[in-house]
Amino acid sequence: MDIVLQQLVNGLTLGSVYGLIAIGYTMVYGIIGMINFAHGDVYMVSSYITAIAIALLTFFGLESFPVIILGTLIFTIAVTSVYGWVIERVAYRPLRNSSRLSILISAIGMSLILQNYVQIAQGARQQGVPSLLSGAVRFDIGDGFVQITYMKLFILFAAFLGMGVLTYIIQKTKLGRMCRATQQDRKMASILGIDTDKIISLVFVIGAAMAALAGVLITLDYGAFDFYVGFIIGIKAFTAAVLGGIGSLPGAMLGGIILGLSEALFAGLISSDYKDVFSFSLLVVILIFRPSGLLGKPEVEKV
Amino acid sequence: MSKAVVKKTLVSLAVAGAITAAQADIVVGVAGPHTGAYAAFGEQLWRGAAKAAEDINAQGGINGEMIKLVKADDACEPKQAVSIANRLVDSDEAVAVVGHFCSSSSIPASVIYDEAGVLMVTPASTNPALTDRGLPGVFRVCGRDDQQGDVAASYIVGELGAKRVAVIHDKDTYGKGLADAMKSTLNSYGVKEVLYEGLTRGEKDFNALVTKIRSVDADVVYFGGLHSEAGPLVRQMREQGLTAKFISGDGIVSEEFVSVAGSPEYVDGVLMTFGADPTSYPAGKAVVKSFRDTGVEPEGYVMYSYTAMQVVAKALAANDLDPVAASDWLHSGVKVDTAMGTKSFDDKGDLLVSDYVMYEWDAKGKYNMLNK
Repeated sequence: MDIVLQQLVNGLTLGSVYGLIAIGYTMVYGIIGMINFAHGDVYMVSSYITAIAIALLTFFGLESFPVIILGTLIFTIAVTSVYGWVIERVAYRPLRNSSRLSILISAIGMSLILQNYVQIAQGARQQGVPSLLSGAVRFDIGDGFVQITYMKLFILFAAFLGMGVLTYIIQKTKLGRMCRATQQDRKMASILGIDTDKIISLVFVIGAAMAALAGVLITLDYGAFDFYVGFIIGIKAFTAAVLGGIGSLPGAMLGGIILGLSEALFAGLISSDYKDVFSFSLLVVILIFRPSGLLGKPEVEKV
Repeated sequence: MSKAVVKKTLVSLAVAGAITAAQADIVVGVAGPHTGAYAAFGEQLWRGAAKAAEDINAQGGINGEMIKLVKADDACEPKQAVSIANRLVDSDEAVAVVGHFCSSSSIPASVIYDEAGVLMVTPASTNPALTDRGLPGVFRVCGRDDQQGDVAASYIVGELGAKRVAVIHDKDTYGKGLADAMKSTLNSYGVKEVLYEGLTRGEKDFNALVTKIRSVDADVVYFGGLHSEAGPLVRQMREQGLTAKFISGDGIVSEEFVSVAGSPEYVDGVLMTFGADPTSYPAGKAVVKSFRDTGVEPEGYVMYSYTAMQVVAKALAANDLDPVAASDWLHSGVKVDTAMGTKSFDDKGDLLVSDYVMYEWDAKGKYNMLNK
């Protein structure tokens, strides 16, 4: 019993982070129909920025957790958003009207550029940040116990807050309405006076900001990262986006959580050797029965 | 058209000739993960070999010829290892190789070296399969996983008296080989492992696995793998309140293990098997001192790499620079004086005497030899 509960907590924290990164894939796909393969590497860049932010803040003598975490979040989200904006501007906008294939290749190129740039600039070694928030809550259940670190609780809180704020922006604000309009029909939206280029840039910035949030949370939790961490987690988040229905915002979050939970439960209850096999099999099965993902809308063939 | 082709061929032949003629030096490849997640080990290999080559060249080289080192980066990936092995053999024309680091790279690369008659001495690859296949030109100056596993298993059973042992590996040649070797010795002592699982290299979240280890109530966790996964694993164990003893092999011998784990408190009490302190040999005192004088701590595999380079140089010197004769010479059981004492090899290419002992990490993030 305690073991299953602990696995649920493990899966939920992992899944909420997958969800945050999946948002970047799904929003970009929704608005310009491309898969941004450099997104995992944007997340990787944010890990490094997190470490830099922590180093800067402690250098200026700020030691208390709330100050550091807030400072790190603001700094990392701001800098990573700039990365997101620049990537769109440099690698994707010039190719907006070319074939889908060329923009895809451009994304893969961007991914390699980011990896190699970080490897050269920061070195290929494993990097680590010290743990900022230690301690855990412990619930005794029968003979066993469930132990959740404060950091994990903070991850859950911050991830769901981030998703909540984003959902509010997209659903309730004028900005969000412009995003949705651009997603539905870019030409019509621009005829109605929406600066679609600006909205597309904004979507990249939002995606990068969410990846940065995930980057800060994961980096603080696991403490270790290198220039290659974006790859596996990027693939997982992309899977989550497809699972939930690519293009759908709640789908990305749902897909992330389902993927995280299924990985944790399968690894915990059956075998960790085959957890990835299980997750991807799950993806295949879901796509057989729901080709557009759990919450995705089937694409209507325009005649 | 055909004239142009002929012309091109002639030009390229001439260029190739010029390159060969210019290579009067003895080219030795230093192959290992110079980039990637395991670059710290590649750096250790390079430092040791570079220092050895510098010292040997300062004393007149090998029979008067200078050693020229070539860096070859396999990133600890089997495919890349094969392609750089081909490059070393074909375009660099190396006669010997110090490396590789990861067993999964050394094994496929050794086939290429064998075909080309290149002498290969690895300072670090401990998987038994490397020398078990009977390739004549393959040697190692480190021990073998089965020897390492024996030491760990007898420590777990004898010193710790543990009954519930969880065995975790990273599904890679080195990690799984080490874990399997430990497991079979453990079983021969009559202790059956309570859990045997693999994790995925490159991931950082092992919480689900940690919870599973907790559910089987293990009091010892044996991990076959490298520090980049061992760090997060041990940290997440402690964070979930799992106090089981963590034991691993020589894959975590790097100061980076501490930074990857987050802080020294997490590595406190972690045990590992590793060759007896490579800096403690009387024969190597001068070398260790000159490393420290230049501000470099000869940690991990630095001295092994230095020794591997020495073995290469001595074997080539005794056999007129012929790598094939050199390997026969080494197999004959000759004693080679190195910075890590006198080494001799059996007919497989393994050391006649292994030197594994148990080390423990302390709360300051340093490792110390136990019972010595």
